[in-house]
Amino acid sequence: MSEQNQSIPPVKKAAGRKKVELDPRLIAYKGVWVFIEHERGEVHSVSWELLGEGRKLADMLGVELAGVVMAAPGESGARFCQEAGFYGADLCYLIEDPVLSDYRNEPFTKGLTDLVNQYQPEILLLGATTLGRDLAGSVATTLQTGLTADCTGLTIDPENRSLAATRPTFGGSLLCTILTLNYRPQMATVRPRVMPTPIPAPDTHRTMRIIPHTLGMVETDIISKVLQFIPDNTQNKAQLPFADIIVAGGRGLKNADNFKLVWNLAKVLGAEVGASRPVVQAGWVDTDRQVGQSGKTVRPKLYIAAGISGAVQHRVGMEDSDVIIAINNDPNAPIFDFATYGIVGNAMQILPALTEAFRQNLAAARLAS
Amino acid sequence: MHIVVCIKQVPDSSQIRVHPVTNTIMRQGVPAIINPYDLLALEEALRLKDCIAGTTVTVLTMGPPQAEDALRKALSFGADHAILVTDRAFAGADTLATSYAIAAAIRQIEKKEPVDLVFAGKQTIDGDTAQVGPGVAKRLNLNLLTYVSKIASLDLDKREIIIHRRAEGGVQVIQTQIPCLITMLEGSNEMRFASMDNMFRAARHPLQIWNKDAAGIEDPAKIGLKGSPTVVSKVFAPHAKTIKAEQIDVERKTSKEIATAMLSKLFREHPKLHAEIAKLAG
Ligand SMILES: Cc1cc2nc3c(=O)[nH]c(=O)nc-3n(C[C@H](O)[C@H](O)[C@H](O)COP(=O)(O)OP(=O)(O)OC[C@H]3O[C@@H](n4cnc5c(N)ncnc54)[C@H](O)[C@@H]3O)c2cc1C
Ligand SMILES: Nc1ncnc2c1ncn2[C@@H]1O[C@H](COP(=O)(O)O)[C@@H](O)[C@H]1O
Repeated sequence: MSEQNQSIPPVKKAAGRKKVELDPRLIAYKGVWVFIEHERGEVHSVSWELLGEGRKLADMLGVELAGVVMAAPGESGARFCQEAGFYGADLCYLIEDPVLSDYRNEPFTKGLTDLVNQYQPEILLLGATTLGRDLAGSVATTLQTGLTADCTGLTIDPENRSLAATRPTFGGSLLCTILTLNYRPQMATVRPRVMPTPIPAPDTHRTMRIIPHTLGMVETDIISKVLQFIPDNTQNKAQLPFADIIVAGGRGLKNADNFKLVWNLAKVLGAEVGASRPVVQAGWVDTDRQVGQSGKTVRPKLYIAAGISGAVQHRVGMEDSDVIIAINNDPNAPIFDFATYGIVGNAMQILPALTEAFRQNLAAARLAS
Repeated sequence: MHIVVCIKQVPDSSQIRVHPVTNTIMRQGVPAIINPYDLLALEEALRLKDCIAGTTVTVLTMGPPQAEDALRKALSFGADHAILVTDRAFAGADTLATSYAIAAAIRQIEKKEPVDLVFAGKQTIDGDTAQVGPGVAKRLNLNLLTYVSKIASLDLDKREIIIHRRAEGGVQVIQTQIPCLITMLEGSNEMRFASMDNMFRAARHPLQIWNKDAAGIEDPAKIGLKGSPTVVSKVFAPHAKTIKAEQIDVERKTSKEIATAMLSKLFREHPKLHAEIAKLAG
């Protein structure tokens, strides 16, 4: 009775699992699908990341990769389909209907569920965004199938030809690999920036197959109405997920005043500022700067961590950075287990010294050019 | 008005340690708490109770018998009724099976008193899936409102509710009909302190304890491990990278010397970074 919501994985089942014969009714389910999420004329980057991952899965299975685009007429649905082709999709299912102009659970759930029932994919991937999580939960329940949330790794289990989805559990202390046996489609969500962005290959010779579909729903069928959309003020917002350089500070900096040293270095580098959770909780910086399991996943070219211990919940959000420089006065801090370079020392002294060294180096480089 | 709040008892994951050899969770001494996100949901329900006379709040949990503690805690904050759905048959449930059981229990609750609002947490801190809420809504055909930051208005006569919810890139103001299911966003409120009166009441208050039959489970094949499409095939510790950080020599060095050594090493080994930084720094 203590085992619920995969919270305590039923480990007994883990060992000696037998090959499972797929129910004959489910063999018809073929192909890998990615739900293409878009907002204000642009596709969410997580959808391209998923197409990159979906391509690999489709190739392993020897099946086609399809995108699903749902949009209002005039929202460039067809263009999104073409773009999906550049990122590896073989075909796209397109539903265009005026009721899809804002995201609402009811029409999107109906549209996606109907498509799945008609065309029967074996795998359906969505971004673990607010939209993706809202939609995936409803669709999986409607289809009565399994859904693995917030995955960090996807592959095919060769034994069962099924999706092996790996995700952190217990706040990142453990990873578990989850299979959906004998239910189709196998659904999974993946957080933005967990997978690398594939390089688009605009290929003029290939024509994207677009399969149009109708929604079969009118506005009066839908109970929820969007009265207003208040866009975020992106001007002062941190753009952490796509930053190339991030300077991040942790509780080791002791107070908000010392945290300014992080900003100073970031300014010289043209970098974004990140933080560990205690820093956000103490109110030294805004919530959208938190890096980690319950914050943002980042993959910059350079991540400088000052006064951050490197707890697993922080690590999962930044370990894919190309180069990590860690400054910590404790030589045994866990961050030194995965950083590229380590500096054992007092961040309050090292940060200003680094800031000055970079400043001089950059000034010299500017003079030389 | 009648509100049901779904809460789950979870191990305080900030105190969880993984056994280095067996890769299993060491739960000894790890306190069980109410999932922090569920407290936001409960607080929001209690706020509605504060301003709408005649509102009752029922807290519902599915879990082991110890989950009683979570319910008593919820009562001490001011919930009126508490129901514990507990049965060995529920063991091993994934989100699909959990939402089936919770939806069944809410239908049972409705037999006594119609439910106008259901609250759930945004997600749990152990399972972390954020799927049980949407799943319950779908099963009960309730309008689903996830990531709600604010309840702007609630008109019981027109049965109309207006909320603000976090969407990608902004906030949606949505109007819908009750009954609906709401999951609350973090930062939207903070749990009150338990009053003395409520603490005393909570200690004595009779809980309703339902097994699978009392919870109205119609299809036992849909609960527990049997009813779960997903199976855990492997559990493992996040692998430590084999390479330890290359330490910059700090022995008897000034900060300035350390910084200079760091930079020359960085740019020597990652020449592209230099151009990258020069571009960003402008
Ligand atoms: C469900 C859950 C989700 C979580 N999500 C996140 C998340 O998304 N992101 C996140 O960051 N955390 C998250 N956490 C918290 C995480 O477990 C850690 O508590 C947190 O990352 C620690 O932050 P820290 O390294 O800044 O602080 P600490 O662990 O306190 O470490 C401070 C470090 O600074 C060093 N230090 C002290 N003084 C100095 C000095 N003068 N100079 C240099 N170094 C110094 C210390 O040696 C120490 O290593 C989560 C926890 C839970 C339970
Ligand atoms: N066993 C349970 N009993 C009651 N409510 C639950 C249970 N599991 C999940 N929930 C509710 O569903 C929400 C989301 O859970 P999850 O999908 O596990 O992240 C939680 O915050 C709870 O409100």
